[in-house]
Amino acid sequence: MVESKHKWKAWIYLSPAIVLLLIFTVWPIINTVRMSLLEGYNSMAAVGGATYDFGFGNFKQVLEYNYFLRCLGNTMLLCVLTVPISTILALLIAVCLNAIKPLQRLLQTIFFLPYVTNSIAIGLVFAAMFNMVGSAFGGENEIIITAGIINNVIEFFGGHAINWINSGSSYAANVVVMVVYIVWNALPFKILILLGGLQSINRQYYDAARVDGTSRRRVFTRITVPLLSPMLAYVVITGFIGGFKEYSSIVGIFGEDMGPAGAPGRLNTMVGFIYDSLSTQQGRASAAALILFGIIFVVTMINLYVSKKKTHY
Amino acid sequence: MKVVLQNLTKIFPGRNKKVREEVIAVNDFTFEIPDGKLIGLLGPSGCGKSTTLYMISGLQKPTAGKIFFGDDDVTELSAENRGVGLVFQNYALYPHMTVKQNILFPLQNLRGADKLSKEEMLERAENAARLVQIDTLMDRKPSELSGGQQQRVAIARALVKMPKVLLLDEPLSNLDARLRLQTREEIRRIQKETGITTIFVTHDQEEAMSISDMIVVMKEGVIQQIGRPQDVYDDPTNLFVAKFLGTPPINVFEGRVEGGRLFVGADAVLDVPGVADQAVTVGIRPEGFVPDENGPLVCALNSVEVMGRDVSVVSTHPAAQVPAIRSIINTDGGLPTGAEVRYSLKPRKVLLFSKADESRIRFEVK
Repeated sequence: MVESKHKWKAWIYLSPAIVLLLIFTVWPIINTVRMSLLEGYNSMAAVGGATYDFGFGNFKQVLEYNYFLRCLGNTMLLCVLTVPISTILALLIAVCLNAIKPLQRLLQTIFFLPYVTNSIAIGLVFAAMFNMVGSAFGGENEIIITAGIINNVIEFFGGHAINWINSGSSYAANVVVMVVYIVWNALPFKILILLGGLQSINRQYYDAARVDGTSRRRVFTRITVPLLSPMLAYVVITGFIGGFKEYSSIVGIFGEDMGPAGAPGRLNTMVGFIYDSLSTQQGRASAAALILFGIIFVVTMINLYVSKKKTHY
Repeated sequence: MKVVLQNLTKIFPGRNKKVREEVIAVNDFTFEIPDGKLIGLLGPSGCGKSTTLYMISGLQKPTAGKIFFGDDDVTELSAENRGVGLVFQNYALYPHMTVKQNILFPLQNLRGADKLSKEEMLERAENAARLVQIDTLMDRKPSELSGGQQQRVAIARALVKMPKVLLLDEPLSNLDARLRLQTREEIRRIQKETGITTIFVTHDQEEAMSISDMIVVMKEGVIQQIGRPQDVYDDPTNLFVAKFLGTPPINVFEGRVEGGRLFVGADAVLDVPGVADQAVTVGIRPEGFVPDENGPLVCALNSVEVMGRDVSVVSTHPAAQVPAIRSIINTDGGLPTGAEVRYSLKPRKVLLFSKADESRIRFEVK
């Protein structure tokens, strides 16, 4: 315990951090709440002397806005699809990586590469992979020239090229591309965490299970997964939080239009909506940001509640 | 079920890739463990006793040699098919399961003809728990148990599937002194009640001596001596075994034999008929010293420690290899005082060892 006469020293040591936090974290939060509660707030106009009424109009407007609901829907859909898929895949890959001795380090590095690569760059590569050149609207006889490797592979196996992301593509195809991309992008971090968790599990539990004649499947479900549950909970919770903030991945694939040519904004997310509103309608953006905050908060609470019951610490 | 180890050898490849130095953990181990006995594998750390245990369990494969359970060769059988129960040094209880779930776990693994109904499983788990007296703790998690209780759960988990052989790896090393005493009796009782052939590993000679039917003393992967604990103590085959067994440890002196008499320093201390003249290492058990005013062995008296029942006399002698000679004496003749103490020796407690290879040199005791 610091003696009281030295307390001022403690405050001085803390002050740089406190000042920075106040300026860049606390004030923006307060200001966001303020802006969201001023009806139709616009900062440029406010500087010019405009005044705004206090009220919940921004929230009402956002929630009644179809485009916002569409963004919300996209975000939820991507979250619900990608978090379980990436977690399960990461778990399987981590278990496999942990089981092999040779090349483990090399493979670990390879699996970790996406994490250190810029997500926009990865998005561009994925866009190229799923790309398609030629017309999808052509008649029976028109030859479609495919350029993306995915369609090449599909055609190699005798399938028909699919219009994944180009003009005229379907929403479902777009979502598939996004899920593949987001899952791939999310894997390295999850593998890293889960592999670390696996390697910290005492080998003797496995020896004990072996002596008792436990099947591999039962070892996995009854020993590995429960002992890994704290890491799994962490990965799922951070996965949901990251999922609700999905934005740059869409930009990476579809560009700033947030949708295929001809259907801009079709895949826009909540963060995308907030960015869009930010330049002209700060009130609306603030309200949307607070709604996003509320959703993440509730989902995380649910996650924590569930994991408290299912997790062994 | 008797367990037979035949020329069992385990060689670990060297870790250093440049110098391919192999470590022979267990060297040509041949030994038959009789059915229903409690056997202690005893030796200092790194002597290969745990490796032997793990080879019997099937968790490690021998480099050479064979293992038989009864008449069946199990050398190639993997751990899960051997039907052994293994208690790990740190128990390896599954931390996320309750005591009951831990004990049930091996039973739930049974498949095919051995598959049990839920009721049978519960009954057997409860029987096992009752045997180790933890039946009131069934719904606790391992973290909510004391070390001794965890130990019992581990034993119950190993026993519940009625193993042919029960293996215990340093079962008492994580317990405090009092609990250790109590638990070793407990292990003895459980072993007697179940009649399961039990092999346990320990570096604590007292532990091994107190409960084993037979002990195997090992050093650097080689068996030094096998026998009933008292026999091994009274009649060790070499200096290592003599030094390893007994608390306080045996007192070692430089000595020589001349004309059938044993000299320690300048004093002829004992007649040792039948031993050729030579320099020898002399080991004298602490209880082999008898204070005697006219005794031949003269030691400088350091201190007298009274520890309840025993009186331990600490003295020094120029020919001693150990800095302090510890003898345990009875106090009928009063406590020794003064600057020196004289002893006569009990011939059965004096052991001679060859200087060349530390093997025992036996002499006739009148």
